[in-house]
Amino acid sequence: MLNQYPLWKYLLLAGILIVGALYALPNVYGSDPALQITTRSGEVGGGTPKKVAQVLKQHDIPYLSISTGPNGLLVRFKTVEDQLKANDDVRAALGSNYIVALNLASAAPHWLAHFNAKPMYLGLDLRGGLHFLMQVDVKAALQKQLEGYVGDFRNALRQDKIRYRSIVRDKDQLELKFANASARDKARNQLEQDYRGLSFGEELRDGYPYLTAKFTPKKVREIEKTAVQQNITTLRKRVNELGVAEPVIQQEGEDRIVVQLPGIQDSAHAKQILGATATLEFHLVDVDHSLQDALSGHVPPGSQIYRWKSGKPELLKKRVIVTGDQITDASSGFDQRSGQPSVNVSLNGTGARIMAKTTEENLKKPMAVVFIEQKNQTKMVNGKKVSKPVTTKEVINVATIQSVFSRRFQITGLDSPREAHDLALLLRAGALAAPMHIAEERTIGPSLGQQNINQGVESVIIGFVFVLVFMGLYYKLFGMIANVALAVNLVLIVALLSMLQATLTLPGIAGIVLTVGMSVDANVLIFERIREELRAGNTPQASIHAGYEKAFSTIADANITTLIAGIVLYALGTGPVQGFAVTLSLGIATSMLTAIMGTRAIANLMYGGRRLSKLSI
Amino acid sequence: MEIFKKLTHIDFLGKRKLAFAFSAILIIIALGSLITRGLNFGLDFTGGTLIEVSYPSSVELDSVRKALDGAGFEDAVVQHFGTSKEVLVRIAPREGLSTAQIGDKVIAALRKGRANGGQDVEMRRQEFVGPQVGDELKEDGGIAMLVALACILVYVTLRFEYRLSVGSVAALVHDTIITIGVFSVFQLEFDLTVLAAILAVIGYSLNDTIVVFDRIRENFRRMRKGGPIEVINASINQTLSRTIMTSGTTLLVVIALYVWGGELIHGFATALIVGIVIGTYSSIYVASALALAMGLNKADLMPVKKEGAELDRP
Repeated sequence: MLNQYPLWKYLLLAGILIVGALYALPNVYGSDPALQITTRSGEVGGGTPKKVAQVLKQHDIPYLSISTGPNGLLVRFKTVEDQLKANDDVRAALGSNYIVALNLASAAPHWLAHFNAKPMYLGLDLRGGLHFLMQVDVKAALQKQLEGYVGDFRNALRQDKIRYRSIVRDKDQLELKFANASARDKARNQLEQDYRGLSFGEELRDGYPYLTAKFTPKKVREIEKTAVQQNITTLRKRVNELGVAEPVIQQEGEDRIVVQLPGIQDSAHAKQILGATATLEFHLVDVDHSLQDALSGHVPPGSQIYRWKSGKPELLKKRVIVTGDQITDASSGFDQRSGQPSVNVSLNGTGARIMAKTTEENLKKPMAVVFIEQKNQTKMVNGKKVSKPVTTKEVINVATIQSVFSRRFQITGLDSPREAHDLALLLRAGALAAPMHIAEERTIGPSLGQQNINQGVESVIIGFVFVLVFMGLYYKLFGMIANVALAVNLVLIVALLSMLQATLTLPGIAGIVLTVGMSVDANVLIFERIREELRAGNTPQASIHAGYEKAFSTIADANITTLIAGIVLYALGTGPVQGFAVTLSLGIATSMLTAIMGTRAIANLMYGGRRLSKLSI
Repeated sequence: MEIFKKLTHIDFLGKRKLAFAFSAILIIIALGSLITRGLNFGLDFTGGTLIEVSYPSSVELDSVRKALDGAGFEDAVVQHFGTSKEVLVRIAPREGLSTAQIGDKVIAALRKGRANGGQDVEMRRQEFVGPQVGDELKEDGGIAMLVALACILVYVTLRFEYRLSVGSVAALVHDTIITIGVFSVFQLEFDLTVLAAILAVIGYSLNDTIVVFDRIRENFRRMRKGGPIEVINASINQTLSRTIMTSGTTLLVVIALYVWGGELIHGFATALIVGIVIGTYSSIYVASALALAMGLNKADLMPVKKEGAELDRP
């Protein structure tokens, strides 16, 4: 019998439709702007919900609900304005032990969560937020590493009793100057054995034999790779501290990192936290020499002049007692006695040992804390942008060592609680392996995001209705069948996007609109074929059969070529272009199912196995 | 409802000289404009800073310009965006200033002149693109277009025949040049989404061409009478109502996108509208006519398989 599907095909289609509808459903409910509150230890105390409710009431901020879940405390709001306002107030009230993050919480009923059904993941252009593209200066990472070898070489040569004149780094290579060739050869033998990642060379300059060392190409690649990786790790820690629920931090290309912070609006603060390379150094104050002499040019060897933020000078010993690398934890708070903002620091074992020894030997002498920050300054040189890291060193605290301390101690002398908070954050998150600068930055305000959603949804609906009316008028009953398939197609696209949690962007919505227009093409091809067959005098049943049969290869060819364009777009495009490619490709794939199998199934159910004299087409 | 009650018999190929001339003129204008005027590249490609702000009520562009002049942004380009309440400020990459900070300065300058501390000026969007990134995007975009064309060339050659393949790719290049040309002639902003739209046009226009070619292949094998011109003409006529129907529905939704999709999508929708119209025209007049000019004939499209050849015999 013509035009009948076996039962399993109907069941398969019905199954796909049900699953599709289920996963598309959460999007109908949308999501609420929310605050997600967790603590560093993980557990949110039982009293917290009450406290949050109190804070919100006190500041007169309306909220929808407060609930405790696996991801901590969730406070839902009606509007983004309420959410942002509450973010500031709640954060201030809870203190730095709590992590308060902006989030979008699905508003779908609870039973849907059992199926892991979530709304589509909205891109930054639809929900608002910050986007950064960070350029990692891998060259600087190489030079920094090379610099580290200077000290190693000195120690090694001293140990082997090989005499050298000087060791300096010049750009990408180290230059070791020797008095005679035999010392150089001895040094080369020794160093070549110990440092496999370096390639050595020899030179004669001004009558002196030189030994040069640079990284092998393999080592260069390795260092560059680790530098980017380590920066990503550090950025991830810092972003978590900033309070973003669903950040995107990933490598792009060889030496770039994309950072997306949905919901965040304060771009200046975010940039400060992400881009800063801060660390601390502890130095002893040089009390044996006069500061005045040093200022007039007689800086004693082993000491150096540092300055406070105010410009006030301070003579410190060059030797570093402990650096930021040895800090295991830092938290901000207030000094018990003075009430000043402070940072509580914990050191690791090595740091603690050195600190204990130093403080014991220098009791009642002053010690200084130097804050070192690397920032990037971009300048235009000969019409080209040159970014170079600038290091600022600032004395932030000088205090007399009152007692021997080792593992835990406190730093005071900071300007504000905010500064204490930021310093603690930077110390906790560690330093960047290589300096970075911002190559691209986008901030999308929340109202624009909402407007983009509204306009996107509106244009999808209007385009959809246009096509429905057009198809219904032109192909009558068969047009209505195509319309059902088109609606199912839309549901399936949304369901797939929700399941994959692929990012939906504004161009992505445009891709959906375009799919709505293009996916009827398969039906147009089929229906035109059926009309042709009818015109040629075939029976309705035979015409339906032949129409589907003959149109198939054309549809396949046409869709595969569009898919090729979609895949190329995805592979070679970035951000917004990829969003478009994803929805376009998904739409084409699902439309093959709905427009061919779906419409056939309905047509078969309606007409299959019956005697027909006419078709409504 | 039907557009054509009966099968049409329009002699499309008879007007192929006219069509060639028409296409040639369009391409010359497009290329001429691209060479002399170039494209009005958007921020994605040029680098620089863009700030979109919204005011509570309509605002005069002059007052915005004045506020910016006062802060040292004399070169800022100021325009309304969508409504007269939204203002778009663009600033080229500039010397001396750390580029990422320009945005903050501009907003501060705009707020300064307003009452109540400028709280009513809302920052809607702020974008900064480094010049290096922009240059790379231009390159990547060009590569994406070439790769897409190459892949399609290979696919069509495998599925059909090299003359048809060259014909279809030539039609695609034709569509691409003219669409980009429209952006150059009218100096419409060319940004990343427009690039995406042009790649979509490549996919779409090919879709159209493939359908016609499919029919040409089928007819060459089926129709015993008639030379290549008759066969191709018949194929175009047979697929004509489908071509118009599909282009029609797609145009409808893209127009919906243009009108209701918001300002950010305008360039994208414009590229698609132009591309769909040109693509429809080229799949009727350009692609098959080119294949014909290259000497496409019946023998080229006969099935190569032996079983198939035997089946064709009565």
